Amino acid sequence: MITAHPGLPEFDYIRPTTLEEASNFLAQHPGEARAFIGGTDTFVRMRDGAWQDKYLVDVKGLPGMNDLTFIPAVGLRVGAAVNMNRLIASPEVKEHYPLLAEAAHTVASYQLRTRATIAGNICNASPAGDTIGAGLVYDAKIHVHGVEGDRVEALRAFFKGPGKTVLKPGDIVTAVEYPRPPQGAQGKYIKLGRNAIGDLAIVGVTAFGYPDRTSSGYRFLVVLASVAPTPLLIDMTLLSEKPLTPELIDEAAHVAMNSVKPIDDVRGSARYRSLMVRNMTRNALTEVWKKLGR
Amino acid sequence: MSFHRITVTVNGSAEIVDVPSNMTMLTMLREKLALTGTKNGCAAGECGACTVLWNGEPVNSCMVLAVECDGAEIVTVEGLMTDHQLDPIQQTMIDAGGMQCGFCTPGILISARALLDRKPKPTEPEIRDALVGNLCRCTGYTRIIDAVKMAAGD
Repeated sequence: MITAHPGLPEFDYIRPTTLEEASNFLAQHPGEARAFIGGTDTFVRMRDGAWQDKYLVDVKGLPGMNDLTFIPAVGLRVGAAVNMNRLIASPEVKEHYPLLAEAAHTVASYQLRTRATIAGNICNASPAGDTIGAGLVYDAKIHVHGVEGDRVEALRAFFKGPGKTVLKPGDIVTAVEYPRPPQGAQGKYIKLGRNAIGDLAIVGVTAFGYPDRTSSGYRFLVVLASVAPTPLLIDMTLLSEKPLTPELIDEAAHVAMNSVKPIDDVRGSARYRSLMVRNMTRNALTEVWKKLGR
Repeated sequence: MSFHRITVTVNGSAEIVDVPSNMTMLTMLREKLALTGTKNGCAAGECGACTVLWNGEPVNSCMVLAVECDGAEIVTVEGLMTDHQLDPIQQTMIDAGGMQCGFCTPGILISARALLDRKPKPTEPEIRDALVGNLCRCTGYTRIIDAVKMAAGD
């Protein structure tokens, strides 16, 4: 008898050849079949016994899933199966979406990023998802194939709770699309882990700013990870209303701190997380302000 | 549970293997192909002891299904040697004393080899970054980093 040590439970591996076939199979087996690409979250949950799917439906070979395309007038389209190392190494991503590359680079390790994908990071819907902040500030769109055909969902309306999204049985994310960022935009992702790199975020702060016709001359967005049931997008309107000063950034950092609902867990207490939100938001916004040519 | 017949090239030799759906590449290497150099540490993609080259890229073999290896080329620690000569990173790991218990070493050798393949002259931060996913509980890493520097000719 063959045992699959170390301990993946039994399931059937299925590799459909068309999106229709994949969506139909998933829709016909709700709660039993799961679309899978890299498995970096799936395998861990299955080994833990938290997920007990009977079927893993490998969708990474389906048409378009491996395409990484940048069209200047439109933006960046990242096929759901494009791994993070490939994304990080892409000259177009580095040039036009440096925040996305920076955030992806903080995910786990090089060898895990051979398997990890942006689409997987989004569908996993962890409040700690490192690349979600970049997606939210860039206003990413999620391309979905379902039993009724193709549709597009806004990332900003995608999350319903920890591990919960708007996806229905049969839905397969095929690509994540990032519109062209506003001219002169700058961003910064600061991640606090238990060690310098590679860990899950105790707190993650994405700050993003761009020149605009406001009283300060700028518009800013902040996304906070690991401090609410879903990644939290905060429109920093107060940073548009009057000229920027370090004191105003301090005030914005307090707004960020007051908008979170963190929990105590093994990686940090709620109080610690709140205080770190304040400090890291201040640091990230200051860094972006500097990059904008303060 | 379904079985799949796959063809896979491991360390240059073509193999035909029957694998169940839930078998990982790691288990296939160790239990089907008797390549026990690749170690099972955490089985969660954290420790890097199971790292192998998969179509030229390092990957945690505990995080890949065997059935996904159909048509792939895999290099394990056993395949680093060429013509009975140790790979430079294997030799410098010995010279630098970059191992104690040795359990993490196969994964570290693969990660280091992959780094040197994509970046022949890495800086120390680049070396540290490339080895983030390889945990070692004995050495304190300093001599491992020295070994990679020596293999890069520094």
